[in-house]
Amino acid sequence: MTMASTKELAANSRDIRPGRIITWTLLLIGGLIMITPLLFMFSTSLKTSGQVYDLRLIPAAPTLDNYIKVLGDGRFMQWFFNSTLIAVTVTISNVFFDSLVGYTLAKFEFRGRYFIFLAILSTLMIPTEMLVIPWYLMSSQLGWLNSYWGIMFPGMMTAFGTFLMKQFFEGVPNDFLEAARVDGLNEFTIWWKIAMPMVVPAISALAIFTFLGNWTAFFWPLIVTTSKELYTLPVGISSFSAEASIQWELIMTGAAIGTIPTLLVFLLLQRYIVRGVMLAGLKG
Amino acid sequence: MASANALPQTGPVRFWDRLNISTKRVIWAWAFLAVPIIFYAGIRFYPTFQAFWLSLTNWDLLRPAQFIGFANYQKMFADPVFWKVFQNTFLYLIIGTPVSLVVSFVIAYYLDRVKLMHGFIRALYFLPFLTTAAAMGWVWRWFYQPVPIGVINGFLSSFGIPQQPFLRSVDQALFSILIPAIWAGLGFQIIIFMAGLRAIPNTFYEAAKIDGLGDWAILRKITIPLLKPTTVFLVVFSSIGFLRIFDQVYNMTSNDPGGPLNSTKPLVLMIYQTAFSSYQMGYAAAQTVVLFTILLIVSLLQLYVLREKK
Amino acid sequence: MRKAYVAGLAAGISFIAMGAAQAVEIEYWQYVFDSRVQAMDQLIEKFEAANPDITVKQTTFPYADYQTRVVAAKVAGQGPDVVQLFYGWTDQFVNGGLIQPLDPAVFPHAEIEADFFPIVSAMKRGEDYYGLPTAVRSLALFYNKALLDEAGVQPPNTLDELLAVAEATTKRDGSGNITTAGITMDMAGQDHHWWREVLIRQNGGVPYDAEGNVAYNDAAGAAALKFYTDLQTEKNVGLVGFMDEGQAAFRAGMAAMTIDGTFRLGAFAGNPFEWGVVELPADANGMRSNYSSYFANGIGATSTGEELVAAQKFLQYISSPEAMEIWLNTVGELPARRDVALTEANLADPIRGPFLKGLEYAQTTQFYDEAAQRQTAIDMVNRVLLEGQSIEDSIAQAAAAEQAIIDQGRQ
Repeated sequence: MTMASTKELAANSRDIRPGRIITWTLLLIGGLIMITPLLFMFSTSLKTSGQVYDLRLIPAAPTLDNYIKVLGDGRFMQWFFNSTLIAVTVTISNVFFDSLVGYTLAKFEFRGRYFIFLAILSTLMIPTEMLVIPWYLMSSQLGWLNSYWGIMFPGMMTAFGTFLMKQFFEGVPNDFLEAARVDGLNEFTIWWKIAMPMVVPAISALAIFTFLGNWTAFFWPLIVTTSKELYTLPVGISSFSAEASIQWELIMTGAAIGTIPTLLVFLLLQRYIVRGVMLAGLKG
Repeated sequence: MASANALPQTGPVRFWDRLNISTKRVIWAWAFLAVPIIFYAGIRFYPTFQAFWLSLTNWDLLRPAQFIGFANYQKMFADPVFWKVFQNTFLYLIIGTPVSLVVSFVIAYYLDRVKLMHGFIRALYFLPFLTTAAAMGWVWRWFYQPVPIGVINGFLSSFGIPQQPFLRSVDQALFSILIPAIWAGLGFQIIIFMAGLRAIPNTFYEAAKIDGLGDWAILRKITIPLLKPTTVFLVVFSSIGFLRIFDQVYNMTSNDPGGPLNSTKPLVLMIYQTAFSSYQMGYAAAQTVVLFTILLIVSLLQLYVLREKK
Repeated sequence: MRKAYVAGLAAGISFIAMGAAQAVEIEYWQYVFDSRVQAMDQLIEKFEAANPDITVKQTTFPYADYQTRVVAAKVAGQGPDVVQLFYGWTDQFVNGGLIQPLDPAVFPHAEIEADFFPIVSAMKRGEDYYGLPTAVRSLALFYNKALLDEAGVQPPNTLDELLAVAEATTKRDGSGNITTAGITMDMAGQDHHWWREVLIRQNGGVPYDAEGNVAYNDAAGAAALKFYTDLQTEKNVGLVGFMDEGQAAFRAGMAAMTIDGTFRLGAFAGNPFEWGVVELPADANGMRSNYSSYFANGIGATSTGEELVAAQKFLQYISSPEAMEIWLNTVGELPARRDVALTEANLADPIRGPFLKGLEYAQTTQFYDEAAQRQTAIDMVNRVLLEGQSIEDSIAQAAAAEQAIIDQGRQ
């Protein structure tokens, strides 16, 4: 494995033990500093309003009261459901369409292919912020404001995903596809049954990115939603925090509730997520 | 479309059967692309042109848009707040991008060599990337409070260091917002750098070792040059992120958005306020055109500069 | 046989449909403020009990995007039937076509003018009223009894006493940082009203001239601003941004005094310490002033037909004496009808009394764009405190900025 390369090198060249211990310790301290905000967030979410001024990390008398209070009226559950529904739907759409387009651009010969590719790629240059005003106008005319579809429609396909999938499909040998054609499979089946299983790592990378991006998306959902029942989790947390009259223990609880799901998923799927991010970064 | 040739003896199928293979494949290709083309045309390209058009109108949500030429641009370029915002946006970019890249590279470089608890330490750095900026903005806002509630100031004053105003200072506020933004993106950049490091073939290092190069020389002559594609990707990716900063600022300064005294206001927050607090959609559209232009120039510039020496 | 069955079924369905059509649902919008939302829940419950054919759905938004939401909903064609608005937003709401005039047949002008406090005239444009308040608000000085007792001082009656009490109650740590503020400083809260309508007048000026133009760019305005910023710079008894918001500091028991409105009574009711209220401090000559304002309820422009009728009924109810009593007891805001407010019991009440007295000499600012005008006051103070700009320069800049907003609002 190439992963061993630099390590072996480090081990062989200037292997000064104290140096390595210091490096390791510094890295660990840095890592702990990285999660300090999260630790304090969880710690404060377990404190009562009277204990908030006690800045010790371990709460004197931890309590789940804040969680009961915050989750009590079901708002967070609704926002959690909305975010999940939206992120899952958009992810499925991206996996389907980005792969389909990426495959078509990688494996089909036709006039205009390069033009289509460039056109899609050029949309990477258009910032979302430029499109929100026209999207808002479009949504208001078509009655999409304040609806799930209104939140989702801008992200149903992305140039990034298409580009990523095209890169991977280019690595799929044509022989497999030709063999399938000889067997009489139609092009859609070839793509879905033969080509797609060969790029599963790329699909999972795309899925992870799309899901995370939509799960944490704030700007467009903030604009397009007008009723609380349709807020996504980030918009809900932001509005909840602004309404909490600076009661930090409740604000931290809201933030913790918004953070726990992704942390759990990460802990379960750490290897796949890290690999997916690496793949997307290298080829994207 | 999946079952097109499964249909029995109907007209279109006989027509379909008469086509040669390459024509069939072209038809398949366009069939695959049909929905996406409608999507990109309707949801990406048309709105782009519409944004340019709206920037030349006085549309305010309530009354129909009227063409007013370049009045919005004149107003914008004459507005000192716009220039302040313009400057802030660049500060986010020119501080955020290099700092986050250097820090993440250093961490990745050393983390890559660590075996003991590698997965655990990597997870510590990566976790913030999975958080929601809107929620973390509030956590950091709490961190920056003055005593007796703020964690950082509580820490400082326990060492007798005077407390810092952070978000309540025209000089510190922008940096105070930049730190959470860098913090959240660091894990991603570290992972990408580590992937890049591992992709460098071992033979390069072995050759360098035979030539008797030291660690520093190897880093400078082999690692960094070979990491160029990764670096280019990260520079572009994080620059775009910093130029579009919004979530953190919106949530950390909600009492006085972009304040104090506009010292933290980025372009995207100005766009949001102009469009969705003042309903000056035409004026906001002009601001988005400026953002588009900046992003375009910065991206092209970086690609040009960084590709040059390859 | 079968036909009859189907016909019966169809009749049944249409009967159910008719029943459904009879229950009109109207939507009521206000911004989020716990006690206000609770009070409105109570009012809706009582109203629905009296009008079983009408259901009212309450929708709330954070204060910061409330106006945006109203406009956005109008664009989306799904606006509220009855909507709450700050009196200072009336111009924007009327010009934007967000609300419709009240029908004089349902809301006779003579009655409005006889029964309500005169400040209701701020809802009149031309010959039409665009809304009616349930409650009016004024300002007062809240104090934390425990902290004052601990320092051995009495609640202040004058500005000089205010300074003395603030100094006596401020606590600082070893590094000189404030750990308990003598008085909260929060221009984004109510302090800009205190500065505008009270401190400027007590220094011998007026915030606006007879035509409504900015008039505080003078010695009086400067003295008022200096008094305010000195609280932080010279006296070190308050700190802008302490505990993030003034009300949060007071509620946490971390500030001895705060200036806030009647609407805060409900939120402060749960404070874990004893607190009291006094009138805003007088100046050396005993001159007092106050700022009064209110949120009115208007009828949404998109409301028509039976929804409009239901909306009118609902508006009548929430501006009735009964509703005002409920609002007073839940939110703490003062009834907008004179005879409901000025009862002997209310005037003698240690909490309500100071607010009602304040109402007698209160001023109402004619806002064109309340949020933007408030921002000019926030920036004015920030320039002095954070950038070291001189009082005179800062006030001149604020006056120019606010005048520009007023000019634009008049167009």
